[in-house]
Amino acid sequence: MKVAIFPSCIVDTIFPEAGAAAIRLLERLGVDVDFPLEQTCCGQMHLNTGYETRARKLAAKHLSSFSQYDWVIGISTSCTTTVREFYPQLLGATSAEVGGSGKFLELSEFLLDVLGVTELEGTFAKKVTFHTSCHSLRGIHLGDRPQRLLSMLEGIELIPLPKSDSCCGFGGTFSIKNSAISTVMMEEKLANVYWTGAEVLTAADSSCLMNLSGGIQAAKKQLTVMHYAEILEIATRQSQKKLLNHSGGR
Amino acid sequence: MSKTSSTIHGPNGSIPKANTWLLRTEHHGEERGRIFFKSRSTREIRNLQMRKNISHATTTIREKRKRVVSEVPNWEELRTRASQIKQHTLANLDVYLEEFERNVTRAGGKVHWARDAAQAREIALELVRESGASSVIKVKSMVTEEIGLNAYLSENGIEPTETDLAELICQLAGDESSHILVPAIHRNRVEIRDIFEATFAQKGSLEADPPKIAEAARKHLREKFLRSTVAISGGNFLVAETGSVAIVESEGNGRMCLTLPNNVISIVGIEKLIPTMEDLEVFLTLLPRSSTGERMNPYTTIWTGRPPAQMTPERETTEDRKSYNIILLDNGRTRVLSDEVGKQALACIRCSACLNVCPVYERVGGHSYESVYPGPIGAILTPQLVGDALAGDLAFASTLCGACYEVCPVKINIPEILIHLRSIHSDHKRDSVSGNLERGSFGIVGIVMGNTNLFNIASASVSRILKYGGPILNKIGKYLPPINGWVESRNLPKAPNDSLRDAYRKGTLDALLKK
Repeated sequence: MKVAIFPSCIVDTIFPEAGAAAIRLLERLGVDVDFPLEQTCCGQMHLNTGYETRARKLAAKHLSSFSQYDWVIGISTSCTTTVREFYPQLLGATSAEVGGSGKFLELSEFLLDVLGVTELEGTFAKKVTFHTSCHSLRGIHLGDRPQRLLSMLEGIELIPLPKSDSCCGFGGTFSIKNSAISTVMMEEKLANVYWTGAEVLTAADSSCLMNLSGGIQAAKKQLTVMHYAEILEIATRQSQKKLLNHSGGR
Repeated sequence: MSKTSSTIHGPNGSIPKANTWLLRTEHHGEERGRIFFKSRSTREIRNLQMRKNISHATTTIREKRKRVVSEVPNWEELRTRASQIKQHTLANLDVYLEEFERNVTRAGGKVHWARDAAQAREIALELVRESGASSVIKVKSMVTEEIGLNAYLSENGIEPTETDLAELICQLAGDESSHILVPAIHRNRVEIRDIFEATFAQKGSLEADPPKIAEAARKHLREKFLRSTVAISGGNFLVAETGSVAIVESEGNGRMCLTLPNNVISIVGIEKLIPTMEDLEVFLTLLPRSSTGERMNPYTTIWTGRPPAQMTPERETTEDRKSYNIILLDNGRTRVLSDEVGKQALACIRCSACLNVCPVYERVGGHSYESVYPGPIGAILTPQLVGDALAGDLAFASTLCGACYEVCPVKINIPEILIHLRSIHSDHKRDSVSGNLERGSFGIVGIVMGNTNLFNIASASVSRILKYGGPILNKIGKYLPPINGWVESRNLPKAPNDSLRDAYRKGTLDALLKK
């Protein structure tokens, strides 16, 4: 089973800690994971802003970067959505023909559905609230997979986020093109986050987190923002043995 | 008159002005007529009362919808079925339209074909004049708004009265509607009381009490119902196999319009057609649950051609209904039909579920869309009906969050169409400086991202810019387009010590991990 990580260009460039955490976590679970350095960007920004021709080229390059892998693990739900849900249409072929965009999984899908992880040995004694990104909900339909993984940790208190299914207002270039609306959406999302009293805000998408942490910092609030892969990694760091409590292989 | 073959393609794909009455744009110098979503919504979003009214209403209706949809075990199957019926009908529109015409004619009605808004208005005016009436009562209808019928009738000496409560509120207040189903959603009960008391109700008589407000409207309208000889309606569904028209409503005022006056004129878009009565059952399950969150709407009126006899209230005898006319409107629809991706929008049954779940609509309200059709469906319909040059802005009025697609009872993939329209828009950008700048930048970024070596360099540069320039940019960035939109309310992300790829290459991943 050859496994690659697809951290997304935002994580690679701006939030590498989330990518590093995902890699270490996978290794602890006994997965030999590569980071193919050929990869750049999946083309989401170009596609969503209306530059389809350019997006098509990026998509073709992106798929070829992962041609030799059985599974490609994403930690950005919007990027995995782009590959899995939009590539077939964009590249004008079924997913099988475009090089198997179906092998692109989000981390929690890989851990729960492929590895069959049922428990994680680790502690994270903090109040955490989870923002369900639009793409995790309606793009790749992750359901509550990330929360299920988080709730395997000792001591974690997961506080439900009110209106958690509504968009944080990022929307890629929307945040700049329609910044006034984006700002109101972000501020209302954050008001709900503050209301939970959580110490940590997390999500399965660094784009949403970049938007929300930008707002938190501008408002000078004290709240830790991290990708859920980082929580899983921090919590399991003390485990000396490999976390092999899973059925292994699909 | 030609019918299904009618085409409204202007030279170079431009769209005749006659089709742009659905726009509600403000004056913008030479570019009058073009939709400016960004500037309009930036202004509207500051109206906190409007936001509160809309948020309250959409939150309530959203919850109701969720509840009644969850009761239907085969909801997803019904959505798929509805989508198939619509796609099939649209693919065979010519056949079904002719079948519909034959059946209406057989039942004593008359079918008129209107290529565009101007033609539909003319036919309607002519029909009202033939009847000798100087006023008409109206069933709530989006398509009559699309063609600007009320203004046209008024200009020509015919007084139209809206009978749907919310449409009446808009008409009396001089407001433009801001929601497909709940046109006065931007108003609350206090404001509505004031509007009524400023027009037909006695000052101080209504106390912002909904039953009293409704009662006053009822009395005001009852007189109009009894006196009018002509009613104008839209149509929710046209059934080809019988030639029937169906109207779905809550108040019963539509039923009054359709049964009391002796002359009824319907104006309906050609995409409202479905093949059979059995198909109607699917839509009558989907529509009320999606739109008002009700299991069934209070009034569904279905009629075919000219009904044989009518009770006229004044004479208390029965009398033959004089006429039934239906105007079938194209107004850009056949052009939409020719777009493989965009044509899905024609399946819309105007339930407005997409408006109620849209996080953008909830904040900016319907007026920001500067079109008769607001919200997500408006954002895909308006640019297709009036063209990218006038309405291309709307394709960007979305974060692509997908909430609209998830609730759409006929499975219109709104995000997909938005992306498609954005692509059309970016192709048209070559004629403006800012458009060319954006196009150029995306071209360069695209080249960089498409090349691993260039990406490595760029990625390191972004990191350096954030590291050394971040704190300054957070302060002065609000003067620097395009990052001003970000920096006004958000800090830029802090620069990491290393990119993931560099740390991976050097074997220093652990240094990146949070303590």
